[in-house]
Amino acid sequence: MKMPFLRLAAAVLCLLAAPATAQNADAPIQQLLQEHGEIIAKSSRRTIEPAIQALASSGLPAAQEVLERWQAKEMWLNEETGLFVFAEEIDRDTIRIFDPADGTEIGLVPDEGYDQLKPNSGIRGLIGAALVQFQLSDPDPVNRATALDAIERDAEESHLAALRAAIDSEPDAALKIRKQRLERLLTIRFDTDDAARIAAIESFAGDLGVDVRATLNPLVATRIEAATTLPEGDDIAGTLSPGTEALPRDTAYALLVDAGLAPPAISRADQRAALVANIADGAVAGIQVADLNTEAARDLAYAELARAGVVAAVALETEIDDALSGHVFYERFTGAPPQVALAALAALQDIETRVALNRTLDLTLDALSLASIYFLAAIGLAITFGVMGVINMAHGEFIMMGAYTGYVVQLIIPDYTVSILVALPLAFAVTFGAGVAMERLVIRWLYHRPLETLLATFGISIALQQIAKNIFGTQARPLTSPAWLDGSLVMNDIVSISYIRIAIFVLALVFLALFLFVMNRTRLGLEVRAVTQNPRMAASMGINPDKINMLTFGLGSGIAGIAGVAIGLYAKVTSEMGADYIVQSFMTVVVGGVGNIWGTLVGAALVGSLQKGIEWLNPSNTLAAQTYMILFIILFIQFRPRGIIALKGRAAEA
Amino acid sequence: MADTTLATPVRRPFALRYPSVMIFLAVLALFTLGVTVLSEGFGIGVISTSFVKTLGKTLCLCLVALAMDLVWGYCGILSLGHMAFFGIGGYAIGMWLMYARTEMIVVESLAAADLPPTAQEISDGIATQIFGVVGASEFPPIWAFAHSLPLQLAAVVLVPGLLALVFGWLAFRSRVTGVYLSILTQAMTLALSLYLFQNDSGLRGNNGLSGLQNLPGLDDTPQAIVSVWFLWASAFALGAGYLLCAWLVSGKFGSVIRAIRDDEARVRFLGYPVEGFKLVVFTLTAVIAGIAGALYYPQAGIINPAEIAPIASIYLAVWVAIGGRGRLYGAVIGAAFVSLLSTWFTGGQAPDIVIGSLRIQWVDWWTVLLGLSFVAVTLFAPKGIGGLVDLLADRRSPNRHGAALGPEPGALREKEADQ
Repeated sequence: MKMPFLRLAAAVLCLLAAPATAQNADAPIQQLLQEHGEIIAKSSRRTIEPAIQALASSGLPAAQEVLERWQAKEMWLNEETGLFVFAEEIDRDTIRIFDPADGTEIGLVPDEGYDQLKPNSGIRGLIGAALVQFQLSDPDPVNRATALDAIERDAEESHLAALRAAIDSEPDAALKIRKQRLERLLTIRFDTDDAARIAAIESFAGDLGVDVRATLNPLVATRIEAATTLPEGDDIAGTLSPGTEALPRDTAYALLVDAGLAPPAISRADQRAALVANIADGAVAGIQVADLNTEAARDLAYAELARAGVVAAVALETEIDDALSGHVFYERFTGAPPQVALAALAALQDIETRVALNRTLDLTLDALSLASIYFLAAIGLAITFGVMGVINMAHGEFIMMGAYTGYVVQLIIPDYTVSILVALPLAFAVTFGAGVAMERLVIRWLYHRPLETLLATFGISIALQQIAKNIFGTQARPLTSPAWLDGSLVMNDIVSISYIRIAIFVLALVFLALFLFVMNRTRLGLEVRAVTQNPRMAASMGINPDKINMLTFGLGSGIAGIAGVAIGLYAKVTSEMGADYIVQSFMTVVVGGVGNIWGTLVGAALVGSLQKGIEWLNPSNTLAAQTYMILFIILFIQFRPRGIIALKGRAAEA
Repeated sequence: MADTTLATPVRRPFALRYPSVMIFLAVLALFTLGVTVLSEGFGIGVISTSFVKTLGKTLCLCLVALAMDLVWGYCGILSLGHMAFFGIGGYAIGMWLMYARTEMIVVESLAAADLPPTAQEISDGIATQIFGVVGASEFPPIWAFAHSLPLQLAAVVLVPGLLALVFGWLAFRSRVTGVYLSILTQAMTLALSLYLFQNDSGLRGNNGLSGLQNLPGLDDTPQAIVSVWFLWASAFALGAGYLLCAWLVSGKFGSVIRAIRDDEARVRFLGYPVEGFKLVVFTLTAVIAGIAGALYYPQAGIINPAEIAPIASIYLAVWVAIGGRGRLYGAVIGAAFVSLLSTWFTGGQAPDIVIGSLRIQWVDWWTVLLGLSFVAVTLFAPKGIGGLVDLLADRRSPNRHGAALGPEPGALREKEADQ
């Protein structure tokens, strides 16, 4: 309590710093505030409700700002006149006050004589809820959207009425739809009328939104209970049997114990502690400690102790079994009244079906994009291995070289779009050169000795990998995609695919077309096919087999380089990235059928969808997916050693 | 005339017919004795214990190279899965070593408690110790026999053997040959190593099994002594393996598998069950590889799935190729030479080469040299280091230059016919 003379001094100061304009004490908003002045000044969560209600429903234009200022602790009370003002603190003891009626500045005054209203967090929450209705009908659509966002994030019961009131007046069609949807969600959560809730639930049948599932899930919450006979009632969701995954044996028994339906059991650790606590003269209840090294002996000793009354009696194993079989375990809906819960359950099941369908679609897209990556990695091999019959174990390292070429180009050209456009042909050129050099220096000496080709190219693969490691280090290097490839194509909350994957898919199709064109429509393709079928005959027709082999090998290697850029965009660039793909690439070619590009395509689709499919069955473990995929392929080759699309006739022997 | 040609030739003793076997065994015995005399455990201490272990491990690698030579050099199956069998052998023995040692530690710690432990408590204690690192505390089913040395020793032989039998049966039955078989075996190896990399594989994921150098119950015996024991065991296994392989390839069996290598179809037409022969060789060599692994990993002390990765099997092929395939001592020389050289280079002992401002560190560049020299060996010296013996003995390959005189790839060539 302030001393009287201080109050006097304050009054004098007030007179000295006389307000520029007088406050309008007759404004309707001020009247309203005065009407509830007592409870506003008292600031108690329990009694404040009518004041906030009155302000919110007053329809006064100033009401919104009053609530906002009040919530922000910017409303002060003039102790002298009892009028409310808005105020900003200028420094420790000066404030600038405004008239709540129209927001006009009154002037700087010392804060003596003014009392700040400090609503606690509970009251601020109530004010916030009341404010929502203003924001929902705010003239600025951005504010309305923000208010909807806020409700979506953290909905409260009071929002429901406000939202309902704000739907009809909504001019913006998109916002109106959002409001209606949100209103139905809030109805499900907060409405007291079960029929309205059920109607709202049914209106969401098949909706894939995460918010719908988040709203419905709490409604179908259940509690496991136990009884000797299954009670009647709508709210029984189903029965469980103990010892299953949904209700482990220990949990089931603990439930009985908690419900007072069975005596407590004891864990081995507690039993042991009880025994240790009762060791006397090297024995427990007459049984020597040294003999207590079996569970049976310990049970016996504990039973003896219990009989002597030293420890509490516990249930034996057989008693536990009897108790479990003597009771029925059931689930009771706790989240909502039974009809609502059942409606929610039905809606959820409907949604689950839709979700599963969409997941399948998403998985198919995933598998497709993985298949295009395998296809890209394998298409070069389809040329060198499939067409020429040369095992190139360094193929993976050509992929790596392509990726590193892309990385180096990005170091020089900072614009990602330009650098990718430069990197693709450059990667082709680099790996084409490497392939030609390798064919000239090594492979052409080893035609018809496939095992030795395999070994020599292994040697090259080891060397290239280590060279890359020495130059670029062991850490992964980034290959950044252009901004227009960022993000993903979102179809709904479940199905989405990143643009980069679409780009890889398109690239794979382009290469398929390119391959078909080169092989079937160009002179080079004709000569390649001639040389692979019968080199001597081709030579006598004036084709130079050496040159053709060199070019074909170069082409296959060059495509590997481009694949490297694409794979580098999708994964990280490391010296071992090629080795990660080599086995799968060979599998793709072998499974599809050697010497046939369509076979490679089918092989890639099979390998990709297989891997995704197994990952879906066991989502936590991609390593296991690869393991099982390889095992499957090994078995598959048993039954179709020549692949899915096997060459027949003379071509098969070539 | 007929009598003279059909008369059974006088069979000289095995040792005299194949002097290289006796020479090899003598060298191996001398080497083992020499290392023992120079070791810290039993001799004058010139060779450090860790180097004794390196030598012992090298002997095991020679043994697995011998198996690789038998299956590839003699039978023509380029298997890229024998290091997987080697690893399986290591895992099999490692499980017992780890279990038995952990059991001793757990029993010892529980003995101090107020109550004697029950069997369940001991088992739980061991499981927590071993699998705590992968967040599990229960024994996976594959550890069912880990408590028993005889059963795990049987697993060393049986698991690689059965795996090779099943895989080989499937592969040979469907006539998967040549490079396809190589890729398939590589895929098998990759699948196995990926499987073992998972934490829930039951074999501690990428942590692998460790502490294998500590033999249970021999805590008081210094590693200096144990290392020599293992050196002897490895040398004995290598000697026995060499004898077995030499005996196998010397007789009719050897002739058939060499013929399979050279032309499988003809051998089949002659009425030999080619698949059976291949399966025997594949399975037998897998067993040898498993035994070699079981001797290797207690000396190495740790085994993890990276050891099984396909690259290890490729290196095995590299050793055999550099040593000279198709001759047993070649495989041994190759494995010993390349793996010891590898240790020397990657251990940082080799001096750096300085060319101007460029400094070539062997730790980084050794693999490049190995890869390229492997290419060079394949291209220019298909006989490998073992070919030097031929050079000394003045044995030459036929001159295969000039145009072929027939349509077959094996037909005589012009220059060849002139000789």
